[in-house]
Amino acid sequence: MAAKNLTTPLADDVVRDLRAGDAVLISGVIYQARDAAHKRLVALIEAGEELPFELKGAVVYYMGPSPAKPGNVIGSAGPTTSGRMDAYAPLLMRHGLKGMIGKGLRTQEVKDAMREHTAVYFAATGGAGALLAKSIVGNQVIAYPELGAEAVARLEVKDFPAIVVNDCHGGDLYAEGRKRYAKTV
Amino acid sequence: MAGTPVRELDVGAITEAVKTMCITANYDLPQDVYDALVEARRTEESPVGKEVLGQLVENADIAAADRVPICQDTGFAVIFAEVGQDVHLVGGCFEDAVNDGVRRGYGDGYLRKSGMVDAVVETVSRAGSNPCPPVIIGVGIGGTIDMVTVLAKKALLRDIGRTHPDPRIAGMEAELLAKINALGIGPQGLGGSTTALAVFIEEMPCHIASMPMAVNVQCHAQRHKTVEL
Repeated sequence: MAAKNLTTPLADDVVRDLRAGDAVLISGVIYQARDAAHKRLVALIEAGEELPFELKGAVVYYMGPSPAKPGNVIGSAGPTTSGRMDAYAPLLMRHGLKGMIGKGLRTQEVKDAMREHTAVYFAATGGAGALLAKSIVGNQVIAYPELGAEAVARLEVKDFPAIVVNDCHGGDLYAEGRKRYAKTV
Repeated sequence: MAGTPVRELDVGAITEAVKTMCITANYDLPQDVYDALVEARRTEESPVGKEVLGQLVENADIAAADRVPICQDTGFAVIFAEVGQDVHLVGGCFEDAVNDGVRRGYGDGYLRKSGMVDAVVETVSRAGSNPCPPVIIGVGIGGTIDMVTVLAKKALLRDIGRTHPDPRIAGMEAELLAKINALGIGPQGLGGSTTALAVFIEEMPCHIASMPMAVNVQCHAQRHKTVEL
């Protein structure tokens, strides 16, 4: 299927153009952060302190890689379940976060925040960590190295494949896709 | 009477086998699953669904060719071992050999390992006077949901006064005991500084996104027996 090419950081008009069900190829810089890192990022925002990366227009990838083999940029690098980041995501969107990459359902609060702050939620294919690692061409830990696989890293990606699940207009592929293919048997 | 000859097996072979299984289980998608994904890609009606299934097939190809994990979530190794009664294991302890195999597999295979934390006092606090304090607390941390309850029970087999051999865990036990006794519940819940006589922790490694914990609140009539033949 034809995919839209996206380059980070994401501007509002680019996000508005995306619809649930669109396939995208993301290039540029995205930031790796899981729950432990999110907890710290939110604490920094609440304390009025500076974040380890610019949140305006940023795309965050909910992922903690396996260790990189010598000579490889990163280990296997597929998405983790997004629900664990739901408590933190609305605050990050209020401060400029535009895109989230993960897998699985989001809460209504997160979906409402996406509409309010013009943000988008992408799903990467869970369990395709070896494939997804191929589109990560740069990897630098920029915060919390003590968290190991849960550290924040600046990832350079080239044509990283994802699907728009929740757009900023209320579109929801998890709901619509299921409805479209459900049949009575 | 001539019996069946006893087969001697060096536990080093067990370690090696477990290590190899941990690595190959993470690198090579089983053929039956692979074939099912290929067939599903052919029959899937949704274009998005087809795309995803295609990615999964390609992912398995890459993992197998590059010798990298199929998924960064390298799972939790659950080993089911059957030891025949005519086998005599030599060269070390069976359990250590299996654990060593898992440890080496996850290290040598560049597989992702997971960690652990604590949290027990709240449970004892809520139990209050109900379990007839002073109590003995068995805590299981880690493993999987089925194993953790067994760990918590097994922890209760230890004699009071004997701390966990790992100083880090022993430190957690002391810290928990102090905190529980600071709850003020006391003997029979009537108030006092003796709420628990001991806290015993047994732990296992566990998955990074799960933290199973079981707390077994045992009353002071702690009937525990061990026999060696």
